[in-house]
Amino acid sequence: MNFELTEERQMLQDMLRRYLRENYGAEARNKIIESQAGFSAEIWAGLAELGVLGALFTEDQGGFGGAGFDIAIVFEELGRAGVVEPVAETCVLGGQILAAAGRADLVEQVIAGGLHLALAHGEPSSRYDLAQVATTAAAKGDGATLNGRKAVVSNAEAAGHLIVSAREADGLSLFLVPRDAGGVSLQGYPQIGGGRAAEITLDDVDVPKDARLGAPGGALALLEPAVAAGTVAICAETLGAMETALRLTTDYLGTRKQFGRPIGTFQALQHRLADMLIELEQARSIVILAAGHLEAEPALRDRHVSAAKHLIGRVGRMIAEESIQMHGGIAMTQEYELAHIAKRIVMADHRLGDTDHHLERFIALGA
Amino acid sequence: MDLSYTPEEEAFRADVRDFLSEKLPKALSDKVRDGRALTKDEHEEWHAILNARGWLAGNWPEEHGGTGWNAVQRHIFEEECALAHAPRIVPFGLTMLGPVLQKFGNDAQKAYWLPRILNGDDWWCQGYSEPGAGSDLASVKTRAVRDGDHYIVNGQKTWTTLGQHANMIFCLVRTDPDAKAQEGISFLLVDMESPGVEVRPIVLLDGSAEVNEVWFTDVRVPAENLVGEENKGWTYAKYLLTHERTNIAGVGFSTAALAAVKRIARAEMAGGRPLIENALFAARLARVEIDLMAMATTNLRVISQAAKGQAPGVESSMLKVKGTIIRQEINDLARRAAGPYALPFASEAVDGGNDPIGPAYARPVAAQYFNNRKLSIYGGSNEVQRQIIAKTALGALK
Ligand SMILES: Cc1cc2nc3c(=O)[nH]c(=O)nc-3n(C[C@H](O)[C@H](O)[C@H](O)COP(=O)(O)OP(=O)(O)OC[C@H]3O[C@@H](n4cnc5c(N)ncnc54)[C@H](O)[C@@H]3O)c2cc1C
Repeated sequence: MNFELTEERQMLQDMLRRYLRENYGAEARNKIIESQAGFSAEIWAGLAELGVLGALFTEDQGGFGGAGFDIAIVFEELGRAGVVEPVAETCVLGGQILAAAGRADLVEQVIAGGLHLALAHGEPSSRYDLAQVATTAAAKGDGATLNGRKAVVSNAEAAGHLIVSAREADGLSLFLVPRDAGGVSLQGYPQIGGGRAAEITLDDVDVPKDARLGAPGGALALLEPAVAAGTVAICAETLGAMETALRLTTDYLGTRKQFGRPIGTFQALQHRLADMLIELEQARSIVILAAGHLEAEPALRDRHVSAAKHLIGRVGRMIAEESIQMHGGIAMTQEYELAHIAKRIVMADHRLGDTDHHLERFIALGA
Repeated sequence: MDLSYTPEEEAFRADVRDFLSEKLPKALSDKVRDGRALTKDEHEEWHAILNARGWLAGNWPEEHGGTGWNAVQRHIFEEECALAHAPRIVPFGLTMLGPVLQKFGNDAQKAYWLPRILNGDDWWCQGYSEPGAGSDLASVKTRAVRDGDHYIVNGQKTWTTLGQHANMIFCLVRTDPDAKAQEGISFLLVDMESPGVEVRPIVLLDGSAEVNEVWFTDVRVPAENLVGEENKGWTYAKYLLTHERTNIAGVGFSTAALAAVKRIARAEMAGGRPLIENALFAARLARVEIDLMAMATTNLRVISQAAKGQAPGVESSMLKVKGTIIRQEINDLARRAAGPYALPFASEAVDGGNDPIGPAYARPVAAQYFNNRKLSIYGGSNEVQRQIIAKTALGALK
């Protein structure tokens, strides 16, 4: 048993933490959130240059990491700094699908920071169910015509390519669709907690034969591992954000004075801080557990991934709410760092399945 | 023991219902139901409608133009208003300042200010909290120094709700810096249009603009705006806080919010079935509904005592804690129920001219969830309330 990071991963973590500390302070971040694009091209280029994007891919895929623990380390640091750049969308969800489908040329562009991706899978009534897709792909020549609607597609506006799921004769398939293809229309908007998403309408979108990713009817075979990795990424990101929430809360309890003494001297608050610290260690362990099972066989992998997403949702809510409460009014202000961090933590429960969804899945995969 | 309302009370409820269905403008109730912020004009419109019916000041005695209702009637009125999605009555003049003036103001103050509150001539805001004085309210530092027939005020208030609409602010100010904290405070009415008053907005985490900082630089306030005696302000401030805590349980708000969650959960599909049939979600919903049923009854027990003239004591602290926990839990369920469509950040600016994003019910839920974290922070935080409850039970232990 060894819970130490390898030397390479330790270096990656240190370097990323330093980079974000220097370039992603609260002020810089607030500017980014309010910007038109919703993320910073400069930061994106920085992450590519540091090799952070490449660390999310295996050597076979053209990167130099790509294991569950690489994903966990990168995202924990991104979460700690409250980063809103669409790393999970482009490199994990989109990137893993393209890599598994053998699109090495596009993966290379992603790793270099030159291409954004968006997974256009969820639909207005699919909620968190991966198999609920109504969008259709009708055969046309040796290509296909896509019709349907996709909901809350994160990073759609910036994406060069959308990865669209659609039903065809052979079942559910994935298609690579240029974002500016004819018949694709986007309605973009900001999301609570940062980043942008869009509603997408596909109206007779013609795609050529080589747009299909993987085999006909093979969507889930590509989606499931990528979504598992994406879920680990979100869990690790949320863990990092919780660490920041606790750091801010601990600092505040030590400095804020009421009744002539630091509020951290009140035992009512001390015990709650202690409970939060206990739960944070639970969160850390479940992320390690899920990351360590990302390469396991699917049922074992998914049981651990769902365990993590369930626990992170539960503990995340507690830590976000308690951190706000123990700060008092100051935490309610948009300007104060905790506001952004708390929103990131809570809204993570709406990405790739919430606490209850994953509890049900954990039960279904059990025994 | 009899759990039913009297026939008179039921008749009163019917009157309130009729009035609301006839007079509450749909444009206002739609906005309240959808969780959108009301404009100043809309608040004033609703106040005027209530005032025309004589129902604006539910907690004032008749001699001052109030309804003279007892606690049960007030409760019925508040409950029906919440269920009908009526706008909240803006509390600063009506529930906070009014009772203080009635008890401690002089005749001239009562005659001048009270009718202006009813007629909507003044919009009041509450200048209690300061950056350094939150839970420890008695540590307020804003100074008022007597200068002939004026006070000169310097300092800063914060968290001033809807101060951007207000023309008047009632303030706790320090008039004797050498006395013990509670004994050097006075209660002063300040015209916000005076030179030296500056209001700066604070944006809250949900993007809303409902609170402000208010700065005072050498503001001259007529001495006649002092309420009661100099240095006795703490007594008045505490009296006001007991009124701030009426309807603290928020049963009507919670009942309306719970109904809204059920509407969302019937419309949302999870795994091919309505979310409301999902065992995990249904259990969450049932648990909070049971809590609400019990608390509504606690609330009625307290109200029925109050109607007999017994002032609620520690019970109002209990209702504050439990009532806010229940409301926040319901807000959490609404957010959960909306699924991925809770993520879009909806604002008038973003939606202007565009098709709305996702189902209408999903739009306000995340913002409301975050905004209502305030419920357990203001009005005496839940920690402070728990302290009061424990102290009442334990006495002063040494
Ligand atoms: C949205 C909003 C609107 C508001 N509107 C108004 C308004 O219109 N006018 C106005 O005057 N004020 C207003 N307030 C201020 C509100 O009353 C204060 O936020 C509240 O009194 C708490 O003070 P604080 O925020 O400084 O927190 P602090 O007092 O600094 O408390 C920080 C934390 O310490 C805890 N704590 C403090 N003392 C103790 C103790 N002895 N034991 C255990 N725990 C303790 C608190 O419960 C809290 O969790 C508003 C606040 C908000 C958030």
